[in-house]
Amino acid sequence: MSLDMNLNTIANRNPGKLGAWRAVFRLRLICCIQYRIPALAGVVTQLFWGIVSLLLYQAFYESCPTAAPMTFSELVNYIWVQQAFFALINIWCMEPELSGQIISGDIAYELCRPQNIFALWFSKMLASRLAATLLRALPVIGVALLLPAPYGMTFHGDGWTMLLFIVALSLAALLNTAIIMLAMALMFFAPTPAVFSAVAIVGDFLSGLIVPLPLLPDALQRIAYILPFRYGADLPFRIFTGNIAGCDAISGIGLQLLWLVLLVSAGKKVYQIALRKMVLQGG
Amino acid sequence: MIKVQDLRKSFKVAKRKAGVAAAVASLFRREYEEIHALKGVSFTVTPGEIVGYIGPNGAGKSTTIKTMCGILTPDSGECVINGFVPWRERQRYVRNIGVVFGQRMQLWWDVPVIDSFELLREIYRVDCREFKNTLTLLIDSLNIASLLNTPLRQLSLGQRMRCELAASLLHSPDVLFLDEPTIGLDAVSKIAVRDFITMINRERQVTVVLTTHDMNDVEALTDRIILIGKGEILYDGGLTNLRSRYTLNKTMTLDYDTTQSVQPDVHGVSWLEWTAGRAVAEIDVRKTQVSKVIAQLSECLEIRDITVDSMPVEQIIVKLYEEHRI
Amino acid sequence: MLLYRYFLINLKSQLQYRAAFLAVLAVQMIVPFTYIASPYFLIERFSNLGGWNLAEVMLCFGIINGAFALSELLARGFDMFSRQVVSGSFDRLLVRPRAIELQVLGSTFEFSRIGKMVLPFIMLGWAVWIQPQLWQPLKLCTIALMLFSGVAIFSGIYVLQATLCFWTIQGLEVANIFTNGGQMTAQYPLNIYKKWLRLFFTFIIPFGCVNYLPLGYLLAKPRFESPLYALTPLAGFLFLVPCVMIWRFGVGKYLSTGS
Repeated sequence: MSLDMNLNTIANRNPGKLGAWRAVFRLRLICCIQYRIPALAGVVTQLFWGIVSLLLYQAFYESCPTAAPMTFSELVNYIWVQQAFFALINIWCMEPELSGQIISGDIAYELCRPQNIFALWFSKMLASRLAATLLRALPVIGVALLLPAPYGMTFHGDGWTMLLFIVALSLAALLNTAIIMLAMALMFFAPTPAVFSAVAIVGDFLSGLIVPLPLLPDALQRIAYILPFRYGADLPFRIFTGNIAGCDAISGIGLQLLWLVLLVSAGKKVYQIALRKMVLQGG
Repeated sequence: MIKVQDLRKSFKVAKRKAGVAAAVASLFRREYEEIHALKGVSFTVTPGEIVGYIGPNGAGKSTTIKTMCGILTPDSGECVINGFVPWRERQRYVRNIGVVFGQRMQLWWDVPVIDSFELLREIYRVDCREFKNTLTLLIDSLNIASLLNTPLRQLSLGQRMRCELAASLLHSPDVLFLDEPTIGLDAVSKIAVRDFITMINRERQVTVVLTTHDMNDVEALTDRIILIGKGEILYDGGLTNLRSRYTLNKTMTLDYDTTQSVQPDVHGVSWLEWTAGRAVAEIDVRKTQVSKVIAQLSECLEIRDITVDSMPVEQIIVKLYEEHRI
Repeated sequence: MLLYRYFLINLKSQLQYRAAFLAVLAVQMIVPFTYIASPYFLIERFSNLGGWNLAEVMLCFGIINGAFALSELLARGFDMFSRQVVSGSFDRLLVRPRAIELQVLGSTFEFSRIGKMVLPFIMLGWAVWIQPQLWQPLKLCTIALMLFSGVAIFSGIYVLQATLCFWTIQGLEVANIFTNGGQMTAQYPLNIYKKWLRLFFTFIIPFGCVNYLPLGYLLAKPRFESPLYALTPLAGFLFLVPCVMIWRFGVGKYLSTGS
């Protein structure tokens, strides 16, 4: 609470966009480091999750080795990247403060502030997700690299693959934030966190967080490829594992960009309309 | 009967510094500081007494109350209430005490008050008939009959506090601990709460230990105060006694007819202010009496209005703290 | 009797906001679909899981997820215990003449978790329905016993998680490894995993006793013919004993330091 109040005052004090953003990020980072035990708990949880998933998939792979659409080592990397960057790619960690404001209608008061509400919350959320990832990704990757075969994380690609992966992951971080912003906007129209949760559950599934997309039945895969969710998770993972490469990777990133532009402008529009409606109704 | 003897308690508190570097450092090493919350606290309260337990924030007030409620085990010292050592036989002991924490209510937020009362009846295993009688008495004296079927969240703070008081007395305890019961209440509710405490103390001989920051509460309820600061008892005794020790001077404000312009010289009176039509003076009650001063003044002045104030209790306490450098 | 009162007052309190309650209930109904996705789609693709077919896995799935949801409903007071420590309302429980465990348990029952039980119980019913070898009184009793034993195990973990609050209220999500992680791991027969994981979830946290041991007996797997395996779920209830002992130790620590 007090931290977020600090964030607000700092964001207001520094009208320069980058300055405000840096201050927000710095505060979130301090906050995350101070809570050392949660960070550690996060790492342990991700590692456990990764290992158990791999043991499970191993049992499946051994049951019928020919049925697998991707190799086990690709799957291992898929899972580890997913666990390492979990804080960046999940879409159910939202901002409780913002959702509280939307549900109670208090967000209308925010209109008297000078800055754009969509941009403010977008950067706040992105900052906290980055801070959380920074603390968790490196330890998870570190341990995953040390694990014995076949569970250890490996990287076979070249610098080009790595570059594509980094670009795709960065775009995914932005895309997921945009998706969350949009999903939260639903609460303007149905003021309960349940609507957000419903989108988050479906989105998590369609982005490949629950079952890696290549393992799903073809019909479901086709649906997932049409929707934006997989560009926030599945695509960067598969670029990393080498499962998607070359032209496919580049066109995937192109589609990622397209979705990003689309969803961000849609998000801005929705917040504008919802807030205007709210003001007209008198909060 | 409450008997507290040489209670001591200290806590370890982690230090925290600002900045990213310090935050990173605290990942690996933390420094602790030892805080002595109670440094040998002793007092006794006789049955049926009301005691005001006063002190600034962090003085050890809530540590004492928690210990007396059985929530906290002290490092050393003794405490016997109703024949129980609170922290040793907590579960049996608390059957006969009532506790009101002014800042956190025990009633359920979303359900009608009466449902919370029914739950408490079950918790304290109060027999149905006895419960009915107690409830009737509490409803009448707190005037909450109309509130019982309303969810707590729809009540005002004063209404909530009245229900909260009733809740803490449903099992007819002998001792009642009130931790800031009037905090945040408006004047009317404050008076209602005070009247009720007086009533329950007189009618049922409930012993009351009360902490508060509002000295008017204490003045309205009791003469006995225990003053704590930095974990030590600074004063234990009557409020009037304390007042006579510190209020040796009274302040007199005087409105008079402007024809007279010379300050009259009266024994024991020093003039603080003398303007046309208005004067303020301090009367030293060791040297003279207020009535004498007024009589003398009325001989040489045409007095229109006169007020005499003694130092407010708050100021006395501030003075006491200053003496003990708190 | 007291628990029954707590039950009623919680229900009344949650039904005050009927629309919100129904919305959460609906979301809770969707959640298990994310749990069933892996076993369902993966068995469809790989045709079996280490020798277990879909109906067999669904029996396990239904029991574990049903027990998980039920424990979330019942033991929510322990799950959310950190709130009580932070807000100070735990002190209130200490000045009442009843067992602390009882009061913490009664403080919250999360009725929206009923939604989360729907799919698991449908799958459990389906799994029993299409496997006629399960239609025996002893086997049906074993299934019921497994369900309640599972509730006991999950609740025991919530008690341990609550105990942690007496030392720190940060990092409680580690307990997710054992609750959500236990659910995710044990919704499959545990003997598909490597030995160390199976042993951990059998002898440290006894999910095995509501999982492959009695399942082996129910489904007449080789080496599990002895009806003694039908009694293994009882170990789940025993698990509560050390959990409550550790909890009491934590309460004692709280009383001496006040946190």
